[in-house]
Amino acid sequence: MIDNGLLVQMLLGALLGLSVYLPLAAGQLSLATPAFYAIGGLVAALLSTGPLAPPMAADGTGGQAPGLFPLGSLALEMGLAALVVGLLALALGQAVLRLRGIYLAIATIALVEIVRVAILNLPFTGGAQGIFGIPQPFHDPWGYVLLTAAVLALVSWCVQRLELTSLGRKMAAIRDDELAARSLGIATTRVKLSAFVASAVVAGITGVIAAHYLNTWNARQGTFDVAVTTLAFVILGGSRSWLGPVIGGLVLTALPELLRPVGDARLVVFGLVILLGPVLFPQGLITPSLLERLGAPLPRGRRPA
Amino acid sequence: MTATLLQSLLNGLASGGAYALFALGYTLVFSVLGVINFAQGALFTLGGYLTFLLMGGAIGVNGALPGLSLPVAFPFWLALILAGGGSALAALGVERVAFAPLRRQGAEPLLYLITSLGAGVVLVNLLQILMGSESYAFPASALGGWPASLAIGSARVRTVQLLLLAISALLVVVLGVWLERSRSGKALRAVAEDATTAQLLGINSEAMIRLAFAISGFLAGVAGGLVALSVSISGPYFGISYGLKGLAVLVLGGLGSVPGAIVGGLLMGIVEALVPTEASGYRDALAFAILFAVLLLRPRGLLGRPEVEKV
Repeated sequence: MIDNGLLVQMLLGALLGLSVYLPLAAGQLSLATPAFYAIGGLVAALLSTGPLAPPMAADGTGGQAPGLFPLGSLALEMGLAALVVGLLALALGQAVLRLRGIYLAIATIALVEIVRVAILNLPFTGGAQGIFGIPQPFHDPWGYVLLTAAVLALVSWCVQRLELTSLGRKMAAIRDDELAARSLGIATTRVKLSAFVASAVVAGITGVIAAHYLNTWNARQGTFDVAVTTLAFVILGGSRSWLGPVIGGLVLTALPELLRPVGDARLVVFGLVILLGPVLFPQGLITPSLLERLGAPLPRGRRPA
Repeated sequence: MTATLLQSLLNGLASGGAYALFALGYTLVFSVLGVINFAQGALFTLGGYLTFLLMGGAIGVNGALPGLSLPVAFPFWLALILAGGGSALAALGVERVAFAPLRRQGAEPLLYLITSLGAGVVLVNLLQILMGSESYAFPASALGGWPASLAIGSARVRTVQLLLLAISALLVVVLGVWLERSRSGKALRAVAEDATTAQLLGINSEAMIRLAFAISGFLAGVAGGLVALSVSISGPYFGISYGLKGLAVLVLGGLGSVPGAIVGGLLMGIVEALVPTEASGYRDALAFAILFAVLLLRPRGLLGRPEVEKV
């Protein structure tokens, strides 16, 4: 039922969930993840079909085909994508993070739309069709499963460690009460900016893997729809610990595929899950009390009352 | 003024009218609840399809039900009103499943965003199942005996554009007078100001919230019907881009401000119409670029009230 291809998508979903989770852990509802995801994928698509394109090799049937994409180049792409989206997030974050609540959400939706229209219209992004023939670093999806699982494990580990550091506690303090946090001398702008940049970097790296996995990249990869679904990952999974968005991303990415037998009604069912989930599980599936029962270490000050 | 400029201005005012209706719908709900109903785009889409059906249009559902239509065909004005009513009922349904349960729990505003988006996803995909994904265009005779276009000075304007502008203006004025003068309009504003106090003063806050949803659904349905008449229905997702632009207009004018929604809508329509054809690919990003700039310069929108923060 769950083949390697779906597994890759589920792992990518979990990564995007973590990207949305990071600003939210500092109380900031940013929906900018699809924009940075789209830019990360674009960086990979442009580099791997341009300057980093692998040389042609014999394809075994007498013809020539592009050779395997070197993993070193893939790592280079991830580094460059992280740098590009990180710097962009740093510059934009200074401006948008002055906004609060729904204003920040709408400003970041605007950002997603601006990036989408730009990718659709810029002269070097392939227009509506996008960029094709992105070279493959692996012979089969199993390689992608291992790579994405490794990246997810690394990012999850970092986020989990982060919650135990002083930065993580400052984020939690801002989430609970931003004014009080500021009055206690926490540099709220810098903390929020760190979370925003980290979120962008995770989304950008995810975009790099997705572009290779999908073999093609276009403006439809980073849309408002993606913003909605990735936010749903966090809310339904649970927004109080890193495990929530990971579980939410895995489950909700698999759901529409597992519902395929239902046919056309599967997106209706998906909508019902998003509609009823917050009503039935206001804290998401992974609640702080559940984590405590599982014996996971909770960050100080975040124990359930 | 040259003919083309006049033409652009009139076209801009017409689509600006649709944006204004959209933003007004968002504003009504936002002012009473402090949250945005993200299902508004789906209600707009529903209004478009209902108008098409009520005017006797035949649906196809990807060829599964070729030529199926209602046994009656209403004139466009009646179809628009009925479609608005249908969307108003759907809005009440959205309130019931996506908003009321969270309100009883005292949930955080973030959750309303998810549930209302979920309600929108359900509505849009139900429409997809019922109507298929093909586009539906209205016949040239949709406006009955009315001419297809009129000459205004040196410009020719499509009648449906003028209609869009006129009906938007009418609805905006009626709504404004109702809010300002009538007893129920005043009650609604009282709930918007402070729901608890209003309740203590004997106003049924819950009923006022439902009223706000019904009116915003009606506005979305009529706007959907008018836009469908003007540019055809391109599929079940046709409301999404209008919904997002309506959101931009809403914030541009200032959240919860009725005059702001109107001014913002008209302004956005005109600015978009003035984009030269060479740059038309970027037109859809213009609303968001303006929104972005305005948010950074005036974080509460053009006509929004400053908010005082208290600890």
